[in-house]
Amino acid sequence: MEQYEPDRLSPAHLAALRRSFRNGRAAMTRRSVLRASAGGALTLGGLGALSGCGIPAAGKSQGGVSADDHSAKEKVVNFSNWPEYIDVDDSGKHRPTLDAFRKQTGIAVTYTEDINDNDEFFGKIQPQLAAGQDTGRDLIVCTDWLAARMIRLGYVQKLDASNLPHAFANLSDQFRSPDWDPGRAYSYVWQGISTVVAYNKKALDGVEVKSVSDLLDNPKLKGRVGLLTEMRDTVGMTMLDMGKDPAKFTDDDYDAVIARLQKAVDRGQIRRFTGNDYTSDLSKGDLAACVAWGGDIVQLQADNPDVAYVIPDSGYMTSTDNLLIPNKARHKTNAERLIDYYYQPEPAAELAAYVNYVSPVADVKPYLTKIDKTAADNPLILPDKAMAAKSHAFRSLSPKEETAYQAKFAKLTGA
Amino acid sequence: MATLTEAPPPLSPTAPATKPPRKRGRLTPYWLLLPGLLWLVVFFALPMIYQASTSVQTGSLEQGYKVTWHLATYWDALTEYWPQFLRSVLYAGAATVLCLVLGYPLAYLIAFRAGRWRNLIMILVIAPFFTSFLIRTLAWKTILADGGPVVGALNTLHVLDVTSWLGWTAGDRVLATPLAVVCGLTYNFLPFMVLPLYTSLERIDGRLHEAAGDLYAKPSTTFRRVTFPLSMPGVVSGTLLTFIPAAGDYVNAELLGSTDTRMIGNVIQTQFLRVLDYPTAAALSFILMAAILLMVTFYIRRSGTEDLV
Repeated sequence: MEQYEPDRLSPAHLAALRRSFRNGRAAMTRRSVLRASAGGALTLGGLGALSGCGIPAAGKSQGGVSADDHSAKEKVVNFSNWPEYIDVDDSGKHRPTLDAFRKQTGIAVTYTEDINDNDEFFGKIQPQLAAGQDTGRDLIVCTDWLAARMIRLGYVQKLDASNLPHAFANLSDQFRSPDWDPGRAYSYVWQGISTVVAYNKKALDGVEVKSVSDLLDNPKLKGRVGLLTEMRDTVGMTMLDMGKDPAKFTDDDYDAVIARLQKAVDRGQIRRFTGNDYTSDLSKGDLAACVAWGGDIVQLQADNPDVAYVIPDSGYMTSTDNLLIPNKARHKTNAERLIDYYYQPEPAAELAAYVNYVSPVADVKPYLTKIDKTAADNPLILPDKAMAAKSHAFRSLSPKEETAYQAKFAKLTGA
Repeated sequence: MATLTEAPPPLSPTAPATKPPRKRGRLTPYWLLLPGLLWLVVFFALPMIYQASTSVQTGSLEQGYKVTWHLATYWDALTEYWPQFLRSVLYAGAATVLCLVLGYPLAYLIAFRAGRWRNLIMILVIAPFFTSFLIRTLAWKTILADGGPVVGALNTLHVLDVTSWLGWTAGDRVLATPLAVVCGLTYNFLPFMVLPLYTSLERIDGRLHEAAGDLYAKPSTTFRRVTFPLSMPGVVSGTLLTFIPAAGDYVNAELLGSTDTRMIGNVIQTQFLRVLDYPTAAALSFILMAAILLMVTFYIRRSGTEDLV
């Protein structure tokens, strides 16, 4: 900490530092296994329990149910998001982009940071959605696979394109047409997440790490390699490394990846499968190298210059957190206007400068450069053309595949 | 109570006036029981019934789950995950033994030798509870860090060569090995061992020790024949309070362990949250419960302390 010289740090780094002190979306909570399990096991346990003799089917196949839209009368929108996933001013009391939205449109945003874990959040709102009730939320943020599930289950509403001119025009090409929501009929990206290979220079001690193969095979790294518990990220990265396409693969391809990973696990190469908690291990050097999330690396680098990352030649995985309007939301139009607002370059740049994840808005760079040059030049925040070309997404899974793949992956991780 | 309330039939017309309070008196115990019973029904009995029902259902999130009495789930869960069950029992057992070995002298010291330091030491035993369970476990990651002083010292003393050979650790590290998990369990559950031990040791009348001495018992004999048998209730409740939660724990294995140290709690968590296989998770929970119940019953029978606990 003796290097802590606030004056020399960019605003983005300061923001990252500030955030790393708190228990934020980016710091610890995101996908945090523990929070997930403590809260989630209870919610899901209770959920499974309370449905008693038989759990009702999830819902209709496609579509979504709208309620009467009270947007015109009630100038509010209830927005649920992950902690520390939006810009906050220095006093910590105001969120500049939301304030500007209110000034522009007269719509007040009730902003709640009540999503800590996808599984847990799904457990929380699933009973209401399954029963066709209002969740009290107009806008929620879910990682792509959960967004896909919500759409599949018919839990979210189709967006009205006429309210989303900026979103339609400015969405980055790489996010335009995921196979689970072609043409973005139901969802828009809040932020993108790059999955990369990260390492600690000091702990590597000269060993070169350039690919997932290096992580899995180099005997010098035995017991000091970390992989993510997030199945799509770990499997996707390995799949790319094996020359297969995570956007279209077969059961056999999946099994081949699991077999390859299993070999590394059996050899004792893998120290742990982790959630966000790999950050402290990597920073300390207990993990010499690991599969990691870009946003975390931007923050870690602000604290520890030994942390570095590499984009493997075979490519990297990109996932997204997505804005969705749940069924029966009372202020659908207001929610759509909020989505559209964040697809204007100025607010998008302000957001990107603060949260350090991948901005989904094309051509945000000149605006971000004005706020924070370092952030604008960081490919983890604004992937350049060369990097974006290597970006891959995991294909959506059928419910059957989801269960089978998760079970196989769970076995790999030891349970 | 029964004999008191069995009042003789009223002899005079004035008697009924005194009757209502008696009637209320007879019901009072039940009224007093009501809050506790309600609590038990809502937070124990109902969840248990629902979990039991979940464990015999089949289906999927999309199609919904229906009770089909598919008992094979239990067999499948057991055959698939017996290594994790076995591991849970082993780790929890090792942690319990370690807790007893560490906790007994400590409790003995507090009860008989601490004098005016007694309260202070008691507070020190309880103090860790003032911080979160998670933080305490995470602290062990720093203590046992690969390049840290503890691991460095153990390496210099070649202790890790021995533990490595025994399969408790891997190479020159402690984190992400069985040893780290057992250490974490031991640390986290130690107070649950010390407190009951202390209570039962503290109750022992000091004059019994004097009497044993007067009868020419050596200190070791006094301990073996007098102190230890009298502290058995503490030993039994301490081991139970340590073993039962340790067997179901998953936090230590998650944070301090690796893929080959996952315990049954980790499996249940994964099945519920990631795989979304609710029936298997519910079945695993019931198997764990049954297994623990069986072991505990056997243990209490063997230690012959049913009337003491």
